[in-house]
Amino acid sequence: MIPLSWYLLVAALLFSIGLYGVMARRNAVAILMSVELMLNAVNINLIAFWRYGSVLSPATDTPTTGWAWAIFVLTVAAAEAAVGLALIISVYRRRDSVIAEELDLLKN
Amino acid sequence: MSFNIGEFISSIFDLTAGDYLASVWGTEPWVSVVLDILGILIVATIPLLSVFFVGLIERKVLARMQDRIGPNRVGGKYGLLQMFADVVKMLTKELLVPAGADKVAYFLAPILSLATSALLFAVVPFAPGVIGTNLGVGVFYVLSISSVSVVALLLAGWGSNNKYALLGAFRAVAQLVSYEVPMILSLLVPIILASSMSTMEIVEAQAIPFVIFAPISALIFFVSSLAETGRSPFDLLEAESEIVAGFHTEYSGMVFGLFMAAEYMGIMFMCFLFSTTYLGGYRFFGLEEIVVGNGFQLGRLLGLFITIFKGALVFFVFMWLRATLPRLRIDQLLNFNWKFMVPLMLMILLTVALLDRLILDYIPQVGDAGRAGIHLVSNIIIGLAGIEVLRRSARRQRQRHNTTSTVLAVAENEGAPIFVAAEVEPAYGHDDHGHDAHAPVPAH
Amino acid sequence: MTLEQVIFILVSFLTLGTGIVVVTNRNLFHAALAMMASFLGVAGLYILLDAGFLAAAQLLVYIGAISILIIFAIMLTRRMMQAREASFNSQSGLGLFTAVATFALLAAVIGQFWWGVDAFNGRPDVPDTVLQNTVSSLGKAFVSPEAYVVPFIVASVLLLAALIGAIYVAWPTVHAEDEA
Repeated sequence: MIPLSWYLLVAALLFSIGLYGVMARRNAVAILMSVELMLNAVNINLIAFWRYGSVLSPATDTPTTGWAWAIFVLTVAAAEAAVGLALIISVYRRRDSVIAEELDLLKN
Repeated sequence: MSFNIGEFISSIFDLTAGDYLASVWGTEPWVSVVLDILGILIVATIPLLSVFFVGLIERKVLARMQDRIGPNRVGGKYGLLQMFADVVKMLTKELLVPAGADKVAYFLAPILSLATSALLFAVVPFAPGVIGTNLGVGVFYVLSISSVSVVALLLAGWGSNNKYALLGAFRAVAQLVSYEVPMILSLLVPIILASSMSTMEIVEAQAIPFVIFAPISALIFFVSSLAETGRSPFDLLEAESEIVAGFHTEYSGMVFGLFMAAEYMGIMFMCFLFSTTYLGGYRFFGLEEIVVGNGFQLGRLLGLFITIFKGALVFFVFMWLRATLPRLRIDQLLNFNWKFMVPLMLMILLTVALLDRLILDYIPQVGDAGRAGIHLVSNIIIGLAGIEVLRRSARRQRQRHNTTSTVLAVAENEGAPIFVAAEVEPAYGHDDHGHDAHAPVPAH
Repeated sequence: MTLEQVIFILVSFLTLGTGIVVVTNRNLFHAALAMMASFLGVAGLYILLDAGFLAAAQLLVYIGAISILIIFAIMLTRRMMQAREASFNSQSGLGLFTAVATFALLAAVIGQFWWGVDAFNGRPDVPDTVLQNTVSSLGKAFVSPEAYVVPFIVASVLLLAALIGAIYVAWPTVHAEDEA
């Protein structure tokens, strides 16, 4: 028997780890990887609530809200990775750098 | 119920040993754990061991096709123990790790490769009721596991610190990821026809094998499974005349042996998958349901042989193609996939889905045979149209090629022999807009 | 402690441990490998939550597609990997503080509302048929006007837009070639 709160704690930890990566890493690819970790943490929560919450909402036979949301998150993550990496490669071609701090053309 | 050695041996032969042991040992919790572990060991080990025979058979058949004898020294007349000798040789070889190799990636790659190949066998239905695990999402599981195996090639290529290995890995990923698309699409056809993703239920739904429903889609699945396993004519990922041995250039000894075992297991699995999804798996005119008078389920044993026979048939075609066809170029490979197979397969998929819904909703009285006939006709029409389109585009391309080469030959210089012109055409052709079809590779 | 709990703890350690490697390892390629392991752990959590289909989707999309894309991006920008410079920026301390604070907040909320609640001590018993039917009812939900047909179509348009956009952005322009 695994309590729901365990899953939530794991998801919260993974989210925080990802958040730290987003804020502290310099390489844009590493930032993107950290964002993917955060999205995964969200998905864990969605599925955990789907599995444990189905007793609370017996109105529908097979509640699919959690799954549907998780799959949309998956879709958005795929789209985000594709566009994000295309941007990173494009930036790398022009500026010869993928360090997020050095991309400060619009500053000042 | 007490243990009876005779009944146990009989239960091994009709593939019900698990049920028999469960009935002997009772229902304590450890029984299911022990039986599960035994089952996992059997399902993972037998494909690995049969690599010995599959490898030998391939070498013998290829040799015969090329008018040679093949291995015939070790283990008697037919070279039966050749592969064992090879394994001993590999085990005694030194394992050389290249300088500057990324050790984590270098050693993770063969393990991952073998593990994914072994995992695939969990959902192969070998006989009625004999399957590693009857997952409800069996086909989807297969796709997800085989997409992980791409990672192993990438790791091997990157970890080896070798340009040939890296080029091989890039080719492999480009090829495998592209051909995954028609493979997924062509696997959706049996899923729609059986209205289930479980491999077991797909087999059960094939009173008429699906190859009769959708021969073109079966052909596309076959071609993309050739590409997915990196077999000739799609063996660009280890084209020895161009990139030494591709992603496993730097591997030696038994670590290379692991790659080879994984490759053969992947091929075997693809053969089984083709026979499961399109050829009716273990079904053969009700032969698989025979039960002998004293309760011995002969049908299950026959089902196992039928599965192996159908898989071997597909494997024979694999070998036949390998002995016959030359290798494709990477641009031909990718163009053929994206510009021909994927659109054709999308058309077939839409037609099959629509027709099947219409038949089941409006004319269910035509029965299974009528349904098969309607699908067959629609499939053949689409296939013929596709081939016609292909022929026209090939003719157009040939004309354009001829004109450009003539012009270039004249422009180059008048004294040059005419065959020089053929080399002027860049290795990666042009598309309609005059761009290079692929990003230029700075190889020179 | 039951077997299920032990498995849960092992899988969580895999997920979180490799997650920490992702954000701390200097070698980006190893970080990407660790990210794959972390995704694998998340897939394991899905299986523990009776969502096998999503676990397979996780493998297919995250490990089979996104991770390979990321590794390709790392290889294409690999000069950055060899550069022996700091992998953390100047605000990494602040980042650590924010992450810890976020976790504290989330943990407080979890402790307040979900910790030790009897109703959530174990997975509720749902008939197996319901769990097995989830995939098919999800499929129906995606195309039924009462449920998710609009988000479904929006998601497909998003994917198409991302496909075209990624090709357009990453296509080498004449300008970029001149610079290089």
